[in-house]
Amino acid sequence: MKRIYLDNAATTPVDTRVVEKMIPMFSTEYGNPSSIYAEGREAAKAIEGARREVADLIGAAPEEIYFTGSGTEADNWALRGIAEQNKKRGNHIITSAVEHHAVLHTAQELEKEGFDVTYLPVDEYGMVNPEDLKKALRDDTILVSIMMANNEIGTVEPIKELVEIVKDHNKRTVFHTDAVQALGNIPVDVKDLGVDLLSVSGHKIYGPKGIGALYVRKGQPIKNLLEGGAQEKNKRPGTENTAAIVGFGEAAKIAKEGLDEHSKHQKEIRDYLIEQVLERIPDSYLTGHPEERLPGNASFIFDYIEGEGILLSLDMGGISGSSGSACTSGSLDPSHVLLATGLPAGRAHGSLRLTIGRDTTKEDIDYTVDVLEEGIKRLRAMSPLDKDHPIDSDVYKEADKHHHH
Amino acid sequence: MLYTDKVIENFQNPKNVGELEDANAIGEVGSPACGDIMKMFMKINDEGVIEDISFKTYGCGAAIATSSVATEMLKGKTVEEARKLTNQQVVDELGGLPPVKLHCSVLAEEAIKAALDDYEKNHKKGEAAEIEVTEID
Repeated sequence: MKRIYLDNAATTPVDTRVVEKMIPMFSTEYGNPSSIYAEGREAAKAIEGARREVADLIGAAPEEIYFTGSGTEADNWALRGIAEQNKKRGNHIITSAVEHHAVLHTAQELEKEGFDVTYLPVDEYGMVNPEDLKKALRDDTILVSIMMANNEIGTVEPIKELVEIVKDHNKRTVFHTDAVQALGNIPVDVKDLGVDLLSVSGHKIYGPKGIGALYVRKGQPIKNLLEGGAQEKNKRPGTENTAAIVGFGEAAKIAKEGLDEHSKHQKEIRDYLIEQVLERIPDSYLTGHPEERLPGNASFIFDYIEGEGILLSLDMGGISGSSGSACTSGSLDPSHVLLATGLPAGRAHGSLRLTIGRDTTKEDIDYTVDVLEEGIKRLRAMSPLDKDHPIDSDVYKEADKHHHH
Repeated sequence: MLYTDKVIENFQNPKNVGELEDANAIGEVGSPACGDIMKMFMKINDEGVIEDISFKTYGCGAAIATSSVATEMLKGKTVEEARKLTNQQVVDELGGLPPVKLHCSVLAEEAIKAALDDYEKNHKKGEAAEIEVTEID
């Protein structure tokens, strides 16, 4: 069966040109980049080339790019590194309720360690209100971390405007943005945005997994997350993952060259997908911002059914998607993003995210919506819920009663 | 999430889906853990045997598969036997469930018990009504 991959926000296939560039790093240019001899020098040179490509993609200088093991590590480092660097100056951190868990859980840990964290609310589209940020800023605010684009609902936050607010209040307050989802899909320019730190990842832009980077503006002090080596100018120890770094570099180069075209293609397919779903499937709703959203992100909720059932139905039809439903999270909690947009848990369960890739066609979408329509019809026929039978919270009490037996 | 083939098969082609028109036992419970809701319909005859059974479930693949398997296991069983069905038996029938999904099988057990409670309540009421009728005679 042909597979249609519509989970490009989760990860992307590695571009064959990227693979070609990576292979020699395993076999012929295998040297430790810290070594003085030829094999080492070749590896070090390849890393510096990749650093330039990643820097170019985000408008940074190469020396402002530090490779990490993932986007998650970059986020952890940004928050923890800045918090610990500045704890004598202040104790207050601001982030948003819809961040990726790499930021959210790190913020929660820092809170346990004594930092004071404000989680900005969002509107029904997942957008942070600049006025809320203005009000939240304090004299002891040391760090603001707000994502550039949301991984679940695709909403693009007004980072440039938020940075201006923070810098107007206090130039020394550090601004970090998680740009993992934005990279390769919309223009990301650190100088235009005015951010001090920015996280990116390789595998979301047709590069390999296990490689990320943190942009640290020149002159911005930050404490290390890890200790034990002089790599990455003493800031990120550990022998460099040369193949992955080189792969990330090549992926960044390809992403930069094709950005406009990729973005346009995604948007065309995405708009068609959204239009078809909302038109053909009753009780379906778009989540996230109608305009200010990633060009490849189409996210929905479908009433009266649960997201994992939708994913399994799609999978049987050869289609890969994702959901923020409780049943797919492994934690049983529905998506914190959808809850933050004001959706009740009962509706947040029926979420589906489809994300467009380079090769997605309109025909793929036609087939996908056919399968989705059938699958949802089938699940709804099995569901005890419908317009006339909404969720009655008493059914949960019934279960409690039995548990106490 | 790794599901057994049996779970996938029962999600894909679930048995006994829908509402029984002539059900005389209905139980509906929800899992506070994840929001799933399971509704069981049973037609129990005068000998106390479950002649027919069906379900409607709002929930994940595991919830639907457990509903399907549990209803299959109860068909033709007496009320007494049905009371003894445990969630572990349902899990075993499915060839196992991922740990995070075990609560789905508990939910199935709860839904069955709720339906049986409903039957017994109605049944007793029925007997009481008959006694009243004889008294008037």
